[in-house]
Amino acid sequence: MGAVVGTLTMQTKQRQPSRDKVDDELEMTMVCHRPEGLEQLEAQTNFSKQELQVLYRGFKNECPSGVVNEETFKHIYAQFFPHGDASTYAHYLFRAFDTTNNGSIKFEEFVMGLSTLLRGSVRDKLEWTFHLYDINRDGFISKEEMTEIVRAIYDMMGKYTYPALKGDVPKQHVDAFFHKMDKNKDGVVTLEEFILACQEDEMMMRSMQLFENVM
Amino acid sequence: MAAGVATWLPFARAAAVGWLPLAKKTMPKPPVDKKSRNDEILIVNVSGLRFQTWKNTLDRYPDTLLGSSEKEFFYNEETQEYFFDRDPEMFRHILNFYRTGKLHYPRQECIQAFDEELAFYGIVPDIIGDCCMEEYRDRKKENQERLAEDTEAEMATDTPLPPNSTPRERLWRAFENPHTSTMALVFYYVTGFFIAVSVIANVVETVPCQPLKGSKKNLPCGEKYQVAFFCMDTACVLIFTFEYLMRLFAAPSRCKFMRSVMSVIDVVAIMPYYIGLVMPENEDVSGAFVTLRVFRVFRIFKFSRHSQGLRILGYTLKSCASELGFLLFSLTMAIIIFATVMFYAEKGTKGTNFTSIPASFWYTIVTMTTLGYGDMVPNTIAGKIFGSICSLSGVLVIALPVPVIVSNFSRIYHQNQRADKMRAQQKVRLARIRLAKKGTTNAFLQYKEEGGLQDHDSDSAALCLKNRSSFEHQHHHLLHCLEKTTNHEFTDELTYSEMCMTESVGYRTSRSTSISSQQAVSSSCCPRRAKRRAIRLANSTVSVSRGSVQELDTLQIQKSTAGPQSRSSLNARTEDLKLNCDQRDYTAAIISIPTPPANTPDESLPPSPAVPGILRNSRSTASFTHETFKVSSL
Repeated sequence: MGAVVGTLTMQTKQRQPSRDKVDDELEMTMVCHRPEGLEQLEAQTNFSKQELQVLYRGFKNECPSGVVNEETFKHIYAQFFPHGDASTYAHYLFRAFDTTNNGSIKFEEFVMGLSTLLRGSVRDKLEWTFHLYDINRDGFISKEEMTEIVRAIYDMMGKYTYPALKGDVPKQHVDAFFHKMDKNKDGVVTLEEFILACQEDEMMMRSMQLFENVM
Repeated sequence: MAAGVATWLPFARAAAVGWLPLAKKTMPKPPVDKKSRNDEILIVNVSGLRFQTWKNTLDRYPDTLLGSSEKEFFYNEETQEYFFDRDPEMFRHILNFYRTGKLHYPRQECIQAFDEELAFYGIVPDIIGDCCMEEYRDRKKENQERLAEDTEAEMATDTPLPPNSTPRERLWRAFENPHTSTMALVFYYVTGFFIAVSVIANVVETVPCQPLKGSKKNLPCGEKYQVAFFCMDTACVLIFTFEYLMRLFAAPSRCKFMRSVMSVIDVVAIMPYYIGLVMPENEDVSGAFVTLRVFRVFRIFKFSRHSQGLRILGYTLKSCASELGFLLFSLTMAIIIFATVMFYAEKGTKGTNFTSIPASFWYTIVTMTTLGYGDMVPNTIAGKIFGSICSLSGVLVIALPVPVIVSNFSRIYHQNQRADKMRAQQKVRLARIRLAKKGTTNAFLQYKEEGGLQDHDSDSAALCLKNRSSFEHQHHHLLHCLEKTTNHEFTDELTYSEMCMTESVGYRTSRSTSISSQQAVSSSCCPRRAKRRAIRLANSTVSVSRGSVQELDTLQIQKSTAGPQSRSSLNARTEDLKLNCDQRDYTAAIISIPTPPANTPDESLPPSPAVPGILRNSRSTASFTHETFKVSSL
C-alpha cells in the first residue's frame, strides 16, 4: 500500500523522461557560434574595434552560446517595459533583426542591426524601419500590418495610462499615419512613399539624431 | 532588473528608431552621458589582493556599492585604484556576481561573515542562485535560531531580578527557574516527589492484595486500604491545587497561563478528585466516576516540568506535525483499502473472523505494524496473498516519515545541549566583563590621583602618565570634560558608600524635617570636603529665618519621599559613576543652607548643600532659597 501511495504522490513531480532526452540532444547540437573576425566585422559595420569589443563582451556574457533565441529576447525586452505586454512588439523586433530568418540572432546580425540604427545614414535607418513595419516582407505596408505594429506598441503601454485609452486608439493612430504616408491613396505604403514622407517630416528628422549617442 | 539587462539597454534604445515614424510628438532629449565612452579596466585592491575588471562589469548593477558612485569614496588617487579593507577571499565571490550575474554562497565560509560582506557591498542576498540558495537558507535559519536562543537564554534565566520587583514577579521567577533560590528548589523537589507518589499510588491501588479475613476473594489493594489511599490522594491533590493556585497568582498573564499546556495538565490532574468529592455515591454515576479516575494518570505529565527531555520530545512532535499527519493519513488510507479487500476475500469462509470491514481494521493494523497477534488469520488463498502485500507495504509506509522525525528530534536536542553549555559560559563571560568595566573606571580614578588632570608640561609629567596611550589620554580628557560640565566628579564605590553612610546618619537624627532629607539628596561626591564644609556651616545655620523654612517646605513638596530604603539599595549597587545618592530625577535641589532652627541643635551634620563650588556663597540671605539649581542626575 505504501508503494502505491508513494507512486501516486511522486508521479505528479516526475518529469517526462522522453522530453528531457530531446532537450539534451538539442543542447548537444547547438554548438557555440563564433562570430567572424573582428576586422571583418569592423569593415562591415560602422563601429570601431573598441566598440565591437564592448558589444561582444556584453553579448557573450548574456548568451554564452553565441546566439539569442526569441524567448530570451522577449524576456529581456519585457524587462524594459514592465507595465504592459512587450512580447508582440519584441516578436516583430526580433524578426527585424533576424535577417537570416532562422529563429535566432547571431552576433553578426545583432551588430549589423545596431550599426544601421546607430551609425547608419538617415536613409538606412528609414529602410530598417520600413522593414520592421513590413511584416510579410512583400515590399508594401498594408493597413493591417500597420495596425498590428501599432497595437503591439500600445500593448507595451499597459492598462494604466494617462489619459486613459478609450475607444480604438490604435486604429485612429494608423489612420493618421496612412493619411500622412500614403501619397497615392492606394491603401499601401511603398518604400519610396515612406522615405519621402518621412524626409518631409522635420520633426522626425530632428529626432533621428537623438539616438546616435546611445552606444 | 535581472542580471545583464543593462547590457541590452543600448540595443533597446537603438531599436526605438522604429517608433519615430509613428510618433505624434517630438522625442525627448536623451540624457547626456558625460563619462568617457570607452570601457576601461578598473583595479580593485582588497586588502592587498588586486582584482581587475572592466568598468562595464561593475556598472551592471548600479544599486550596489561597486556599481554606483559610492565606490569613489574608496578611490585612492596615488595608486589609482579602489582600496577596500575587507576580506579578499569573500570579495572573489562578490566580483563573480558581477561577472556572471549569479551570487554563489561559499560553503566553507561563516554565514554571518558572508552576510556582512553582502551588506557592505550593497548586495541583497535574495539573488543567490538556485544552486546555493538552499544551503544559504538552511544555514541562515540555523544561525538565527541559535541567536534567538542565546538572547532568550540571556534574558530569561540568569539575569538578576530588577531590585524593585514585586513578590509576585519573584514568585513567578521562582516557579519558572527553580535553581534561582533555595526555596524554589525545595518546592520543586517536593512537587516532584508528590507527583511520583501519586502515580505510584494509582498503580499500586490496582494490585491484588491479601484478602480480608473471612473472605476468599483477592482484593485490589485500593479497596483494602481504602482510607490510606484516600488520605494519600487528598494530600497529593492538596499540594497540586496549592501549586496551581500559586502559579495562577504569580503568572504575569493569567489568560495566557490558563491556556498553556502545562496548566491544562494541572487542571486535568486534580479535577477528578474534586468531582469525586462532589458526586454522590450513586450506582449510575459511579461508572462515569471510574472513568474519571483514569484521568489521574495525567499527573505523570506533570513530570515534563521537571524533565527537559520530555519537553524536547513534545516540542519535536509538535514541529513534526506535518510528517506525522502524512503518516497518519497514509496509514488510514491503507487500512481502509486493505480491510475492504480482506473482508471481501474472506467473506466466503465459514466461521471467519472477518465479520465486517471495521472488524478487518484490527487485522490490517496488526499486520501493517508487523505485530501479527494471530487472532485473525486469512484462510483463502486470495486473502493470504493480500495479507502478505498488506504487511510488506505496512513496513514501507511507517519507515518513511520516521527519519524526518528523528532528525528533527536530534537537531532540537543538540540545540538544547548547546543552550546549557552557553549558560555556563555566560556566567564566566559576564564576570569577566564586569571586571573589565571596573578596570576602566578604576583607571580613570587612578589617573586623577596621579595628577593627570592638571596641566603638565611634558617634562614634569609623571612617568606612569606618559606611558598611557593617546587613546587613554583622550578618553580621560573626555571624562574630565564631563566632570566639568556637570560640576561633579567621578568617585569609586567605597568613598561613595562612606559618604552616603555619613549623610544618612545625619538624616536619621532629624527625620521630622523633610529638609534634611532633601539636602541629603543633593550629595557631594567628595565626602571629606562635604564634611568639612558642613561643619563650617554649622555655625551659620542658626541665622535662618522662619520664612525661609516655609519656602523650603513648599519646595520640598516636589520631591518624592527620599526614603532610606533607596539609600540602602544604592549602596548595594556597584555603579561607580553615580554621583547622586538618590536615583530619582531631580529637577531642583536646594542649595542654600538655612535650616529650621528648632530641630537642628542635636544634629551632628547640618544640612549641607551639594555643589562644592557654590558653598562659598552659602552665607547669603534667605533669598537664596529661591534659587534652585539643576543637579543633573547622573
